[in-house]
Amino acid sequence: MSGNTTIKTFVIDGNPVSATESETILDVARQNGVNIPTLCNMSGLTSTGQCRLCMVEIAGSNRLTPSCVTKPEEGMEVVTESPRLLKYRQMILELLFSERNHICAVCVTNGNCELQSMAQRLEVDHVRYEYLHPKFKVDGSHPKFEVDHNRCILCGRCVRVCDEIEGAHTRDLRNRGIQTLVITDFDGPWGESKSCTSCGKCVHVCPTGALAEKGKSVAEMAKRRQFLPYLVMRRKGASK
Amino acid sequence: MLIANRKIAPPDSDRRWKIVDATMRKQGYSPTALIEALHTVQEAFGHVSGEALEFVSESLNVPPSKVYGVATFYNLFNMVPLGEHVFSLCTGTACYVKGSGEVLEFMKTEYGLEPGQTTLDGSLTFMAARCVGACGLAPVMILDGEVVGRLSPDQMKERIREWMSHDE
Amino acid sequence: MTNEELLEIVEKEAENTAKFRHRLGVCTGTGCMSSRSAAIVTELQAEVKKRGLENEIQVKKVGCMGLCAAGPIISVQPENIFYRDMTPEEAVSVIDSLDSEPLHEKMIDISEPFFYRQEKYALENAGVVDPERIEDYIAAGGYAALIRAITEMTPLDVIQEIIASGLRGRGGAGYPTGLKWSTVAKIESDLKYIVCNADEGDPGAFMDRSVLESDPHRVLEGMAIAAFAVGASQGYIYVRAEYPLAIKRMKAAIKQAEKMGLLGQDICGTPFNFKVDVRLGAGAFVCGEETALLNSIEGNRGMPRLRPPYPAEAGLFQKPTLVNNVETFANISGIIGDGGKWFARIGTAKSKGTKVFALTGKIKNTGLIEVPMGITLREIVYDIGGGIPNGRKFKAIQTGGPSGGCIPAEHLDTPVDYESLKALGSMMGSGGMIVIDDTSNMIDMARFFMEFSMEESCGKCAPCRVGTVQLYNLLGKFQQGEATEADLATLEELCDLVRNTSLCGLGQAAPNPIVSTLRYFRNEYLEKMKPSAAAAKEEAR
Repeated sequence: MSGNTTIKTFVIDGNPVSATESETILDVARQNGVNIPTLCNMSGLTSTGQCRLCMVEIAGSNRLTPSCVTKPEEGMEVVTESPRLLKYRQMILELLFSERNHICAVCVTNGNCELQSMAQRLEVDHVRYEYLHPKFKVDGSHPKFEVDHNRCILCGRCVRVCDEIEGAHTRDLRNRGIQTLVITDFDGPWGESKSCTSCGKCVHVCPTGALAEKGKSVAEMAKRRQFLPYLVMRRKGASK
Repeated sequence: MLIANRKIAPPDSDRRWKIVDATMRKQGYSPTALIEALHTVQEAFGHVSGEALEFVSESLNVPPSKVYGVATFYNLFNMVPLGEHVFSLCTGTACYVKGSGEVLEFMKTEYGLEPGQTTLDGSLTFMAARCVGACGLAPVMILDGEVVGRLSPDQMKERIREWMSHDE
Repeated sequence: MTNEELLEIVEKEAENTAKFRHRLGVCTGTGCMSSRSAAIVTELQAEVKKRGLENEIQVKKVGCMGLCAAGPIISVQPENIFYRDMTPEEAVSVIDSLDSEPLHEKMIDISEPFFYRQEKYALENAGVVDPERIEDYIAAGGYAALIRAITEMTPLDVIQEIIASGLRGRGGAGYPTGLKWSTVAKIESDLKYIVCNADEGDPGAFMDRSVLESDPHRVLEGMAIAAFAVGASQGYIYVRAEYPLAIKRMKAAIKQAEKMGLLGQDICGTPFNFKVDVRLGAGAFVCGEETALLNSIEGNRGMPRLRPPYPAEAGLFQKPTLVNNVETFANISGIIGDGGKWFARIGTAKSKGTKVFALTGKIKNTGLIEVPMGITLREIVYDIGGGIPNGRKFKAIQTGGPSGGCIPAEHLDTPVDYESLKALGSMMGSGGMIVIDDTSNMIDMARFFMEFSMEESCGKCAPCRVGTVQLYNLLGKFQQGEATEADLATLEELCDLVRNTSLCGLGQAAPNPIVSTLRYFRNEYLEKMKPSAAAAKEEAR
């Protein structure tokens, strides 16, 4: 790598920054202390650009660009905060709140939830869309963990960590559109899964209270994610 | 592709599993044969059962959750057996403009059937089909594979009543 | 297969044809088949045999003749007579009439604009050749362009002809075909793919189905020429499973072409190899989006991929892939045969050639039409389409399916080309044209399409997954007469959000039916609104 790395310089919110070939706009923004909102993204997992919160403006283009999957170009001028972006981000959050049953007051991750803190940060204080009120049963068949789809935002982190890091691919999605649901194996109870290793990685990457350890009461479920950068680092080391 | 001798035993002695296996073998049991395999399962058995999913999952070495995810993503795969008779109503735009929505409503009020539902006795499944591409004949309905087109919504209702009672 | 061998087949076929005094062509497209045209063929063949006329009268299955409203259609050649609404029983009387007076009451008037205003290019052979016989296609000049391309031209020559033709993607977006080809050609790779997008999911559109059913070899030839031009060796045709006849004919066509050495290894004795396989869709509209389609061919859920990388760089199995639509491929052999310039003489400055449309809805002549680009919507509706039946009034024409919009009467004089339709808030789309008369309500129409987009959303990104549901519900409020001013504002804001933040084309275009009806038929929305508190007060006074 050394010697022939191409470095690109570009601008984020008026400040000149630099990026290597492999870095995305989001990577570089984070390095420079610019905190672009994200929900589906997680360092160490493949970026999928699906939550649409990390969209940024690029000078000269009317199209918004998902920063987690876009590599900067030389001289590009990126704007990460604008009234338009804020409005869209707020609306997307409102849509997510309207989709399932997010009731913080009774949630195990109250106070530790990324959806909740994102709403606070973006000052979403009400939802103008009709709540869809779907009905989901809580799957508590696993001895250590439980899944409550009422709190799921379909970010796909659990699916990716299980496939990419644990290598089990216990989880995937069933159906499509608004009917999409995270499943275990052939959509059976989690506790009966043959492929699940009970490693708990999915629980800890979950941004909300959808996946939690059993026996936690309201606001008790904090997520521990330090394992992920560690595993990614070890893996990189091993493949060198 | 690499594991030529990794032969998975079918769930039972039904000869139709051989057809499914042949489809997968033709593609070297590659995971990319998943959708083709599911098509063959549906063609052979009429629906995609749980044991078929397991058989395909093991044969192609595709994780169960992925097999299930793919099978449910696509509308065409039925996870439950269909009724003895199948009535599909085309709900494409041309048919909609010419009154298929009215017939949809009729099925609900007259027979209590929503698209995708089967009567309790298992005699009939009602389906709302995506455009079948016979828009020149709109509105179109398919009664057990027979395409019936160019009728007014009232004539269609009449025809459905006839067809339903003929069945009893 | 060499050019000489090809000409031999052409001669033999011509001799064969000349032998017959009369040739009967029976339409065996899906539309006519469902009106018993297969039985007509059997009946005619039996009758001809019974009368011992096998050497004088030919009975042939042909593809779609276009006027689906009058099907099943029988054509009589060389007299050039077309009979409408035939039944197996009546068909026999066609034989009786052959050497005497034609059946006047059943004749289709071919001097009508429906026939002379059209310009057949992609559909040139539809309704003429037997789609199940490769010899028939060859006799009509088929595969000559492929042989010419691989024996006399370089890949670059081929691409230059395509660029000169000005052909743009017929799937709807209108990306320049030549540019797409040259991009794929320039990327070096050990393996490249050609994918034919035949996942015609637009409800109300059946152009691709008709092309595949009527002239499958034309599509194969176009794909093979493309493969030669970009350096691909494997092709896939991704067809909707809902089109069993198209699938059957395509599979048969591939076998025939392989047998003749027009597909497979060392085509025409050159080192060019090209194999084609059929892959079936399974009922997901989003798979018409090219990256979702590629995921589906790979056996995955049909979710769109992020772009870049574009399929031209990393497509199917991460290899450079050229994805074109059926109609685009159907135009290729003509361009290579007649030259790009010849093709470019038809159409407008930016939209060249012809376009196939499926004309349906409240219109007299429903069917499949092919018209030069630049023709006006009025000409299509009133000349070719014959106007609105039952004395009703034209209200709007819907193009582009769930991704398009409704165009009202005041814009009927708009020329049909990519830019003009887009400027009106609709789009060319793959070619569905649905005529709406004054009995239809535009909010119902918008909600119909929104229901479609909602059910077909793959669910990957939040704006499309949830936004389409909210839009659908809001339209329901309008239908019920319970919407408020705030709802109208929310509706418009949401349309803007879904359009600008969705991940793929399906989501980005999903609000179009609402946006376009709001633009042209805003009154219908306003009429449906609950009288606001202020207005109520006003009234009370």
